[in-house]
Amino acid sequence: MGLSLRLFKKVDGFTLEVEWAIDEELAVLFGFSGAGKSMTLQMIAGLMTPDRGRIILGEEVLFDNQTGINLSPQDRSIGYVFQDLALFPHMTVWGNIAYGLRGPTRKAMAVKVKEMIEIFHLEGLEKKKPAAISGGQQQRVALARALIRQPRLLLLDEPFSALDSPLRAEMQDYLKTIKQDFKIPVILVTHDLSEAYSLADCLIIYSQGRISQVGSPREVWTNPIIREAKRVYRLSAEALSPERVKTD
Amino acid sequence: MNTDLWFSLRLSLQVAFAATVLIVLFGVAAGYLLARKNFRGKELIDILFTLPLVLPPTVTGYYLIILFGRNGWIGKVLYTWTGWSIMFTWYAAVLASFVVALPLMIRTTRAAIESIDPHLIQASFTLGHSELETAWKVILPLARRGLLAGTVLSFARAMGEFGATLMVAGNIPGKTNTLPLTIYTLAGSGEWSQAQIAVLLLTLASAFFLFWANRTARKAF
Repeated sequence: MGLSLRLFKKVDGFTLEVEWAIDEELAVLFGFSGAGKSMTLQMIAGLMTPDRGRIILGEEVLFDNQTGINLSPQDRSIGYVFQDLALFPHMTVWGNIAYGLRGPTRKAMAVKVKEMIEIFHLEGLEKKKPAAISGGQQQRVALARALIRQPRLLLLDEPFSALDSPLRAEMQDYLKTIKQDFKIPVILVTHDLSEAYSLADCLIIYSQGRISQVGSPREVWTNPIIREAKRVYRLSAEALSPERVKTD
Repeated sequence: MNTDLWFSLRLSLQVAFAATVLIVLFGVAAGYLLARKNFRGKELIDILFTLPLVLPPTVTGYYLIILFGRNGWIGKVLYTWTGWSIMFTWYAAVLASFVVALPLMIRTTRAAIESIDPHLIQASFTLGHSELETAWKVILPLARRGLLAGTVLSFARAMGEFGATLMVAGNIPGKTNTLPLTIYTLAGSGEWSQAQIAVLLLTLASAFFLFWANRTARKAF
C-alpha cells in the first residue's frame, strides 16, 4: 500500500508543483527551508487544499480536484507529528495518547493506550502534563498519539530538529521500529542531511517548489542540492553512511 | 444603609447576573465564530458588536429604544403578539447591560481562541475529532482563562451600567433603580451620606472584580 500524488498550489507568490509516488517505505522529503516540504505534508493530511491534483493512498482517493473528492483530515486516517509536536498542554500523557482513540469500551481503550506506553517506554509518566516531561519523552508521546489509531500513513514534519544528537539517534531507532512494526509508509521532512541519509529508503529532493530528483540515497548522491547541503554542513560521504552512498 | 439601597444593590446583582449568563452564552459563540471562521461581512459584524464599547451608552440606549420600544422594530411585533413591552421593566435593564457588556466577552473570547497554536487544532483534526469535539476538548479548555476573565469583566461592566439602562428601563424606585441610578438620584437630592455608601460599595465591588479578572487571565496551567 503506497502513496502517490500530484499537487499544484499557488500561495503568496510561491508555487508548488510536485508529483511523486512511494511504496510502503520510509521516504524523506529533503530540501532547504521554503522548498514546499511542509506544505506537501499539510496537503496530504487534508489540512490545506491543493489548487489542482490528486492524492491516492493505497486504493483510496483522498483528493482529486477533477472528481471533486476531498476527504476531511478526520477521514484520512493519517498520523501527523508536527514540528512543535502540538501535544495538548492541558491533558496528561495518558490523555494525549488516548485522545486519538475511539474504542468500544473504556477497558479496551486502556489496553491499547498501555500497549503504546510500553512500546514508547513512557511508563510512570502517564499522569504528567507535557510541560513536565523531557523533550525526548515529548517526542515519544507525539509518536504514540499519532500511531494509536493505526493510521495508514505517518507524516513527520521535522520532529527531531529540536533534539540534541544522542536523543536524535534514539528517535531514529524508534522510527526504524515503527517502520517494521506498523508496516505503513512513513514520510519524514527534514533539512538535515545526515538524518536523511541514515533513515531514508527513498529520498525526494525538493527545490523551490519542484522536485529535483527522486531515488535511493545512493542514486541522489550527486544531486546538486545534496552537494550544496554537503558543502553547507561540511559533510563527507564517510560521515554520512558509507554503505549507503558507495558507488559500486 | 436603608432598605432602598439594599433593594438597589440586590437589583444590580440580579441584573448583572442575568445579563452575564446571556453574555457568556452568546459571547462565547460569537467570539468563537469570529476567531475560527471566515465569512462575508465578518469584520462588519465585529464592528457592530464592538460599537457599544465606544459609543456613549445613551446612544446605545437610543438604538435599543428604536429596536425594542413599543413602536420599535422588534418591540412592536412583541407588543402586538403578547401585549407586553420590555421597556421600563428590569428585563430592559438586563438588555441594556447585555448589549453594553457583550463586546468585552466577544473580544476576550476571540483573542483567547486566536492565540491558541493552530497546530493543536490541526492535530485534533488528524486524530479524528470534528470541529465541535475539538472546540469542546481542546479550544475552549485552552481558552478558559480568557473566557473566565471575559466573564468577570462583563459582570463588572454590567454592574456599573448607567446610561443605556436609564434610557430603556428608566429610574423607577423599587422597580428599575439599580445602584448606579440610585447614586444619581441620591446625589441629585443632596443625600450625600447614603450616596457615599453606595459609591464605596460599587467601587469596592468593581475593584475586586478587576483584580479577579487580572489574576485569572495571568494564571498559567
